Amino acid sequence: MISMTLLYYVAALLFFAVAFFSTKDKRYSSALFWFSYGLIFLLGDFMPPALVGALVVLMALVAGLGGVKGGTYPTLELQQRLDSVKRLGNKLFIPALMIPLLTVFSVLVLVHIQGDGWSLLDPKNATLSALGLAAFLAILAALHLTREKPTQALKESSRLIEAIGWAFLLPQLLATLGLLFNQAGVGETVSQLTSLYLNLNHPFLAVSCYAIGMVLFTIIMGNAFAAFPVITAGIGIPLLVIQHGGNPAIMAAIGMFCGYCGTLLTPMAANFNIVPAALLELPDKNAVIKAQAPTAVLLLGVNIILMYVLMF
Amino acid sequence: MPDFSLWPLLGIAVVMLGFLLKFNPVLVVTVAAFATGMAVKMPVMIWLESLGTAFLKTRNLPLILLLPLAVIGLLERHGLREKAQNWIQQIKAATTGRLLLVYLALRESTAAAGLTSLGGHPQMVRPLLSPMAEAAFEQKHQSLPDKIKYKIRAMSAATDNIGLFFGEDIFVAFGAIILMHTFLRESGIETDPLHIALWGIPTAIAAFLIHGSRLLRFDAYLARQLKDELKQAPQQEQRHD
Repeated sequence: MISMTLLYYVAALLFFAVAFFSTKDKRYSSALFWFSYGLIFLLGDFMPPALVGALVVLMALVAGLGGVKGGTYPTLELQQRLDSVKRLGNKLFIPALMIPLLTVFSVLVLVHIQGDGWSLLDPKNATLSALGLAAFLAILAALHLTREKPTQALKESSRLIEAIGWAFLLPQLLATLGLLFNQAGVGETVSQLTSLYLNLNHPFLAVSCYAIGMVLFTIIMGNAFAAFPVITAGIGIPLLVIQHGGNPAIMAAIGMFCGYCGTLLTPMAANFNIVPAALLELPDKNAVIKAQAPTAVLLLGVNIILMYVLMF
Repeated sequence: MPDFSLWPLLGIAVVMLGFLLKFNPVLVVTVAAFATGMAVKMPVMIWLESLGTAFLKTRNLPLILLLPLAVIGLLERHGLREKAQNWIQQIKAATTGRLLLVYLALRESTAAAGLTSLGGHPQMVRPLLSPMAEAAFEQKHQSLPDKIKYKIRAMSAATDNIGLFFGEDIFVAFGAIILMHTFLRESGIETDPLHIALWGIPTAIAAFLIHGSRLLRFDAYLARQLKDELKQAPQQEQRHD
C-alpha cells in the first residue's frame, strides 16, 4: 500500500539525489542542505524532536545566508529535442496528463481497494497517496517512451528541485511557524485586542472590519484557515451574528473567501505564490502576487458588498 | 493599555519587518519563530522540540510539489514544452488571454466538483499551460522578450490559484467547509454545511467575472508592453556597440 511513510522515503531518495549531484559539483553547502532535508524525511520518526529542530535551524541558516545555489544540468540540444518531439508526437502528452487524471481516478475509484487492515491508498491522505501512485505510473510510462535510464529521471527531478531552491523549504517552515504561533497564543491575543478596540454600531462598518480583518490576518499567517477561527471569534460572532443578527452561514462562506483574497496577496502563502515563481524561474519572486493583486482587491470589495447585502 | 500581554505578537512584527526590508524569507521566518518562542519565555530545548515536532507533522506539504517533478523533467528534456507550443500554434483563434480564460473556467469548475488535483503548478502550469500561453503570444507577435514572458508565466500561475481557490470552496466536502461548520458548532451556532457551500457561489461567480475580464484585456496589455519594449530595444543595442 502507498502509505505516507513510503512517500516520505521516496522524498528522501529524491533529496539525497540532489545532495549527491551538488556534492559532485563541489557545491557543499547546497549538499548539506538537501542531505539534511532527506535525513529528516528518512529518519525523522526515529530522531529526538529537538534534533530535528536543530537540523531545521541548520537548513534555515544555510538557505537564509545564500548557501543553496542552483546547479547546472546538461540538457539535450534543441535539435535533439525537436527530433524527440517528431518521434514521439502527441504521445509526449500522455505521461504528463497521466498525473492529474490518474490522481483523480485513484481518489474516486482505487481508494476503495482494501482488505482486512490493508488498503491500496492511505484513506486519511487519499489525495497524496493517489498522487504518489499516479506519479509512479507516469514515470514508468515516461521512461518507456523516452528510452531513458531511471538515473536520468533522478537527474531531471534534481534539476527542477534545484531550480526551486530554498523556496522548497518555505511552505513547511511557514506551517511550522503557524503551529508555534498557536502554541504562543497569538490568536487569543489578536482576538482580545480586536474585541477591546472595536465597538462598531453600523453593520456596514462591522462587515468591512470583519472582511479586512480576515484579509490582514491571512496576509500575516499566510493561511485563511488559521485566520478564520481567530477573526470569526474576535469580530464575526460577537459583532455580526450576536450584535447585528446576521446569518452565520453567509458570514462564514464569504468571510473565508475574504481570507482567500489575503492568500493571493501574501508571500507568507509560499506554496501558492513564492514556490510557483521559483518553479517558473521568474527573477521577481513576488511576480505571481503582483499578477493576482488587482483581482484580489476588486474581489474583496465585491465580497464586502455581498456580505452586507446578503447577511442582513 | 490592555491588561494582557502583547508579547506573543512579537513574531508577527518580525515577519512584517523582515518582508518589508526584503530579507531572505527563510531567514525571516526562522527568526520570527525564535522571537515568538523567546517572547513567551520558552526554554531553547523546548523550542527546538516544538520546532522539530511541527516540522515532522508538516512533511506532507512538499510532496505535492515533489512527486510530479521527475516525470515533468524527463518530458521537458524530450521537448514537452516545444510540443505544447506546436500544438497551441495550430489553433488559430488562440491568444494568451483566451487560453488562460478557458483554463480559468476549467480549473474553477472542476475544483467546484471536488477535482482539485486536475491542475496545479508543477503538473499543469510549468509543463503545459505557461508554454502554451507564451507560444500563443509569440505566434501572433513573432517576438517574446523576457519581460513579457515573465508576465505571461506569472499570470498563468495566478490563474491556476484563482480558479482553484474560488472553485474548491463551493465543494461541500472540502476541508474549509468542514472547518467552518465545526468551528461555528463549537461556538454554539448551528449551520448547515450545504448552506455555507451555496453562499460561496456568488463570490465564485464574481471571481470568475473579475479575473476573466482581466484575462480578456491581458492580450491588449501585453501588446502595449511589447510596443514599449521594442521602442527601448534599439537604444539598448546602441549601448552595446
